[in-house]
Amino acid sequence: MTTADYERNMVLATDTDYKVIGTRPVRHDGADKVTGRAIYGADFDAAGLLHGKILRSPHAHAKIISIDTSKAEKLDGVKAVVTSKDFPQSESRKDQWLKDNILASDKALYAGQAIAGVAASNPHVAESALGLIEVEYEVLPPVLTTQEAMASNASILHDSLTTEELGDDTGVVSNVASHSQHVKGDISKGFEDADVIIEREYNTKTVHQGYIEPHNATALWSPDGRLHVWCSTQGSFVVRDSLAELLDLPVSMVRVTPTEIGGGFGGKIPIYVEPVAALLSRKTGAPVKIVMSRRETFEASGPTPGSQIKIKIGAKHDGTLTAAYAWMAMEAGAYPGSPVGAAVQCVFSTYDIENSTIDGFDVVVNKPKTAAYRAPGAPNAAFGAEQAINELAEKLGMDPIELRLKNVATEGTRRPDGPVFGKIGAKEVLEAMRDHPHYQSDKAEGTGRGVSIGFWFNIGFDSACNIAVNKDGSVNLTEGSTDIGGSRTSIAMHAAEVLGIPVEDVRPSVVDTDTIGFTAVTGGSRTTFATGWAAYEAAQDVKKQCIERAAKIWDVDANGLQMEDGVISSKSDSELRMTFKELAEQLSDTGGGISGSASVNPSGVGGSFAGNIADVSVDPETGKTTVERFTCVQDVGKAIHPSYVEGQMQGGSVQGIGWALNEEYFMNDEGTMTNSSLLDYRMPTSLDLPMIDTVIVEVANPGHPFGVRGVGEANIVPPTPTIANAIYDATGKRMTQLPMSPGAILSVSPE
Amino acid sequence: MALVFIPSLMQNLSNGEQRVSVEGANVRQIIDNLDSMFPGFKNRLVEDGRVKPNISVAIDGEITPLGMIEKVTEDSEVHFLPAISGG
Repeated sequence: MTTADYERNMVLATDTDYKVIGTRPVRHDGADKVTGRAIYGADFDAAGLLHGKILRSPHAHAKIISIDTSKAEKLDGVKAVVTSKDFPQSESRKDQWLKDNILASDKALYAGQAIAGVAASNPHVAESALGLIEVEYEVLPPVLTTQEAMASNASILHDSLTTEELGDDTGVVSNVASHSQHVKGDISKGFEDADVIIEREYNTKTVHQGYIEPHNATALWSPDGRLHVWCSTQGSFVVRDSLAELLDLPVSMVRVTPTEIGGGFGGKIPIYVEPVAALLSRKTGAPVKIVMSRRETFEASGPTPGSQIKIKIGAKHDGTLTAAYAWMAMEAGAYPGSPVGAAVQCVFSTYDIENSTIDGFDVVVNKPKTAAYRAPGAPNAAFGAEQAINELAEKLGMDPIELRLKNVATEGTRRPDGPVFGKIGAKEVLEAMRDHPHYQSDKAEGTGRGVSIGFWFNIGFDSACNIAVNKDGSVNLTEGSTDIGGSRTSIAMHAAEVLGIPVEDVRPSVVDTDTIGFTAVTGGSRTTFATGWAAYEAAQDVKKQCIERAAKIWDVDANGLQMEDGVISSKSDSELRMTFKELAEQLSDTGGGISGSASVNPSGVGGSFAGNIADVSVDPETGKTTVERFTCVQDVGKAIHPSYVEGQMQGGSVQGIGWALNEEYFMNDEGTMTNSSLLDYRMPTSLDLPMIDTVIVEVANPGHPFGVRGVGEANIVPPTPTIANAIYDATGKRMTQLPMSPGAILSVSPE
Repeated sequence: MALVFIPSLMQNLSNGEQRVSVEGANVRQIIDNLDSMFPGFKNRLVEDGRVKPNISVAIDGEITPLGMIEKVTEDSEVHFLPAISGG
């Protein structure tokens, strides 16, 4: 597909005439990435570098009776061994859980949980030393699903865990860490008013984000007490603050340098090996590097939860939704913190429904502690809710997109969780889906077609940016957001637009925590929104100073000057005119250099909706599903760099298709993952998929200077129900479990 | 007065009231006054003088990044929600 084809796909584009915003420049880090010069964490080297390895629990649930490291410590080449006893004492239960997820103390709560770390002169010696560490366990029965964990006779993971309800500790010891609930209207009356009701239960399995680069970190704890960590992370400041808290250090004594990142999708927000490398460095006085294997990445990082979801939706004959109920339980993994709180706020938010009740339960199980994964919780919820909507459409004899349009949320709609929507683009996304050539075309013989739509909030949070003007008129831009999807360039484009200079004249760098103001994680679809906003404000700061400097040079009032398209000029005297480059040459002689800065924590976040149309064929002999055609439509507010926006939409779609058709943690009865390699954990490749067609919808977010909403997450919400609806259309089989693998499809009878 | 929407799981504190009009020019005053009307709210919502980290406050449909110091107007809607992040 050509670039021109993509351009035609953009609908409702804002008519503001930008010079840089909305163009497709080559990314600043492109050459380093494609030539292999970019430095990733595993590439990091230093004089005297030691190599760390981690001993992990073979048991999903066991008391740790004793750990004897003496034999390992005596092995030639071993420099240090650490266990949980090397951590400072914790004051809170939450801190202790965080430490236990890094090095277990009294209990192992999932197979793969770290028990001890070893630093040695090379990785092979470190690996050998792990075999010399003697751990005595008392093995306990594992609890592997929410159904098991919520049973009245369930084995309890944490004796001190009681169920919390929005700030209230119920005092009930349980595997249910929290219960959340949203009530709107009168659900009983809503169902009484319904002519048609759909009610089903859906189940999803544990899934990994599947980033290609495993977790890694190198730590150097200097004799002066300063700790420097180089690591692959979505949030260097989160790593810094977590290390300071866990290791009882002042924040100012910890410096974190983010290396390039080979994918994260939410999974590289938590810390795992960083504190272990730090403790080993403190003991040895040398830099220590730890790189997880693929198996460790699957078994000991944070996947997204398996879940149990019950949906009930009612509608009148004319398609008006009258009531909706959802009950969702999500696996938190070993410690509290599943994304069920977000799921309950997303599940019905696409629709204007008068009566709804939604219950959510955060449930601990003997699996790795879950982490964020693109729109965490929302895809699980949509898998149920968006299938139920299609079922309703079938029963009512309505087109599934028209049913959605009849009930779609718009500006002013009160969400099921209470707040009223501002400007949103759900209706525009559905209209673009309905009008798309894909939906207007006839299905090929033997294929089924599915549609659905999904919602994600997006977030704001803290971001900082500095811009320094060089004497040739270029600028150096520094920021603290790890660049996962091309954000260096999209952030640089904000500055270039304000200054009226080519984006190639902006040199963006992602810098360490000593060099830039606090910046929250690259996550929540926030980076282009918030760090872009910081760049916008920093550029405004530079622009203001440029005008003031020109006023000084010309000896005129600054209020009579303007700066547009990279030219400073007088509003009244056409002779007074100077380009940004010409001014930059004179800075040193006229008062010194110019630099601008900004720190923001913006409100005005705009939620995003994404919809899919998919055609699939299902082999009746093998049950294998082939995605024949797939279209992703998303309201992005304003596409700063349309190519990267399309990349995000395609990436989220592909991950969603993998989640729909193949991906799952296979757990044996003992709670051990049996497919922890990329051969056995089957993610889709380009050979498995058609071209993912994209349609960018631009309903500008009034809360951002250029209308940005954030694009990284909403696109993973609709693929699983879209594929399920397409499989139903092709086979008559209503799939209520993920993944919809060949075996699963063969095991279900048509309805 | 601002209209505070009481979450269903907190309506045991408000005698079943789902929406309550509360005086206050910022979130801090709203919570203080709500707690005066229905004791227990502040304990559920506030820790060390700040909104608890697992709770978000939405003013007029938007999650506020300013917590207790966010301005509230006479016509504002105030919601207390579980905090979320993203991936």
